[in-house]
Amino acid sequence: MRSPVRKGWHRYINGITVATTLTVLFVTLPILFMLVSSFKGTAGIGSAAIYPKDPSLINYNTAFSQYTFARYILNSVIVSVTSTALVLALATPAGYALGRLPMRGKMPLLVALLMISVFPAIAVIAPMFLLMRQIGWTNSYQALVVPYTAFNLPFSIWIIRNYMMGIPKEMEETARIDGASPIRTLVSIILPPARPGLFTAGIFTFTACWTEFLMSLSFNSDNNFRTIPVGIALFGGQYQIPYGTIFAASCVAAIPIAILVFIFRRSVVSGLTAGAVKG
Amino acid sequence: MSTVELDQVRKIYPNGYEAVHGIDLDIAEGELMVLVGPSGCGKTTVLRMIAGLESITGGQLRFGDKVVNDLSPKDRDIAMVFQNYALYPHMTVAGNIGFALRLRNLPKDEIDRKVKEAGKILGLTEWLDRKPAQLSGGQRQRVAMGRAIVRNPSVFLMDEPLSNLDAKLRVQMRAQVSQIQRTVGVATVYVTHDQTEAMTMGDRVAVMRAGRLQQCGPPQHLYDHPDNLFVAAFIGSPAMNLFEATLTEGCRSVRLGSQEVALGDELRVTHPALAAYGGKKVVVGVRPESLPAVHDGSPATADTRLVGDVTLVEALGSELQVHFNIDAKRVYAEEAMDEDEIAAGGGVARVAPHTAAVAGERLTFAVDTAALHFFDADSGAAIWN
Ligand SMILES: Nc1ncnc2c1ncn2[C@@H]1O[C@H](COP(=O)(O)OP(=O)(O)O)[C@@H](O)[C@H]1O
Ligand SMILES: [Mg+2]
Repeated sequence: MRSPVRKGWHRYINGITVATTLTVLFVTLPILFMLVSSFKGTAGIGSAAIYPKDPSLINYNTAFSQYTFARYILNSVIVSVTSTALVLALATPAGYALGRLPMRGKMPLLVALLMISVFPAIAVIAPMFLLMRQIGWTNSYQALVVPYTAFNLPFSIWIIRNYMMGIPKEMEETARIDGASPIRTLVSIILPPARPGLFTAGIFTFTACWTEFLMSLSFNSDNNFRTIPVGIALFGGQYQIPYGTIFAASCVAAIPIAILVFIFRRSVVSGLTAGAVKG
Repeated sequence: MSTVELDQVRKIYPNGYEAVHGIDLDIAEGELMVLVGPSGCGKTTVLRMIAGLESITGGQLRFGDKVVNDLSPKDRDIAMVFQNYALYPHMTVAGNIGFALRLRNLPKDEIDRKVKEAGKILGLTEWLDRKPAQLSGGQRQRVAMGRAIVRNPSVFLMDEPLSNLDAKLRVQMRAQVSQIQRTVGVATVYVTHDQTEAMTMGDRVAVMRAGRLQQCGPPQHLYDHPDNLFVAAFIGSPAMNLFEATLTEGCRSVRLGSQEVALGDELRVTHPALAAYGGKKVVVGVRPESLPAVHDGSPATADTRLVGDVTLVEALGSELQVHFNIDAKRVYAEEAMDEDEIAAGGGVARVAPHTAAVAGERLTFAVDTAALHFFDADSGAAIWN
C-alpha cells in the first residue's frame, strides 16, 4: 500500500520528520540555551528569554580578562593534543598487530583491553593521586598526559583493530610480493584506507581528554596547570556563580570539538560503520 | 623468464591439516598452466607456495635450476593477481599499476612510460586517473593484470582472476587474459575451479582433487584420455555419462543393466588390458556426443544400440540435449560434478536437432563404441592397455 502523494509543504509533515525534529530540539536545547545566554548581560542571565535583550560580549571579555581562561585553553590544548598523538602512535601498531598479524593469545588480550576501557576512572583516582605525589608529578602536564593516554588507549586500539581487520590481506601480500618493506606496507598500503578508523579513534580520544574533569581536578591543583573543565568549574568565588562567564567560556571550549567533528564528519561516520560492518 | 618446477611439494598447515600431498608439476617458459579442481582441493595453497606467501612443508620448488623454497616473495620475481584483485583503494589506476615500480625507485618518467604502456595493452588509457571505486568489475580486473605485467616478472600467478565477473564478461576476459599472457610470454600458473575456463585457456591443464594431482596434460588429451573417473567426470560439459556395467567373458560385449552393447574387435586391440576384466564389473563412460540417436541412415548393426527412457529434452538450436534413464546404475565421481547434474540423474546425450525425442517416450541411441571409456570399478583408474 502506498499513501497518496501529497503536494506542497504538507508532504514534509510526517511521523519521521516530526520525531526527528523533536529529538534534535531535545538534544540541542541546552546547548542553544548556553549559547544564547552567553550573550546576555549580567542582568538578563536569570531570564528565560530566548533572545538576549541587548546582546553583548561582556561575558567573553570577563572570561579572558578576569580569569586566566587563555591559560586553561593552552593547558587543555597541550594535554589533549599530546595525549591524542600518543594514543594514535601506540594504538595504530597495536591495532594492526591485533587485527592483522597471526598471534597467540589475541582473544584474551582483546577482552582484557575491553574490560580496561570500561573500568570507571573514579575507582583508581585515589591510588593514582598517591602515586603521582610520590613520583612528584602533581601539577605537571605529564600527570594528565600519561593517564589520559593509558585510559584512552584500549578503546582506540579496538576501533583501529576493527577497521584494519576489514582490509583484505591480499592488499598487503601484493605489496610484499612487489618488494615493499613492512614499514612501507603499513604506511602506504594499510594506513590510507584505515584513516577513517584513525580519525574516529582520534576524535574520541581528543574529546575525552578535552572534557576530562576528575583527574585534572585531583592531580593539578596549581592554577597554572588547570585545564578548561576544571578552570570553568572554579570560576567565581564562594558567594556567587558567574553564570554568564561560565556560559561564554563553555561556548569557547566547545568550538574545537565542533570544528573537529565538522572537518572529519564523513570519515567518522564511515569509520563507525565500516568498523562494525566489515570487522 | 623462467621455468617453474614442483617436486613432491607438500603443505601441512599449522593446524595439522595436509592441504597438498606432494605434487609434481613443471611449467615451461612461456607456458600457461591451468590448475583446476573443485573448491577446497588446494589450488590456492599451491599457488601461494609458489608465490612464497605460504611456507613449503616438504619437497622442492625450483625456478630454472634455482631452489626457491626459502626465498622471500619479493626475491622470487613473480607477480600475482588475486581473486579479489586487492587494488589499493586510495591510489589511482596509474598509482596502482606504478606502485611496484616506485618501490624500485625507477625514474619518474620511466614509470610514467611503463604505466601508460601497460594501460594501452589493457585498454585502460582513459581510466588512469580514476580510483578503483569508480571502475567496473572488468576494468578493476584489468588494473590487477596491469599491476602484474608492468613489473615484467619471470613468473605470473593468477588465482581465479575472473570468478568475480559476470558470465558474459568472463568469456571475453578469458580470451583477453590468454592473449596478454602470450604477449608477455612468461610462465604462468592460472588457478580456476571452472573446467571450461581451464579447457579454453590452458596450454596444459593440471587437475587436482583433495590435495593430489590427478592428471596433467593438454586440454584435448584430458578430454580424450582421462586417467581416472574423477578427471573423466570433471572435464567436459555436459559431463561424461558413467554407468556400472559388466564385461562379458572374452569382452565381446558390455552389459548395461538389462541391455547389452557389442564391442568391436578393434576395441580389444586398442584396449588390450580389458581382457583381464572379462566377466567382471567395470565402470563404462560415454561422452554425450558419442550417443547419437538412431536414424534412417544409421549403421544396420542393431547390437550397438542402447534404448533410454527420455526424461527431458533441451533444445539448444544446434543440437538437442536429451536426458534419459537406463536401468544401469549411474556412477558419480565425488566432487567432480555440480549438484544440478547429480540431481538430474540419468544420462545425457547430444543428438541432432529435429530428432524425434519426446519426454516420457523412448529413444534409441547408436553407441559409438570406439569412443567408450572403461574404468576399474574399485580404483576408478582408466583401463587403457
Ligand atoms: N591457513 C590455513 N590453515 C588451515 N587450513 C587451511 C588454510 N588455508 C586453507 N586451508 C585448507 O586447505 C584446503 C585447501 O584450501 P585452498 O588451497 O584454499 O583450496 P582451493 O583454492 O582449491 O579452493 C581447504 O580445505 C582449506 O580449508
Ligand atoms: Mg582458492
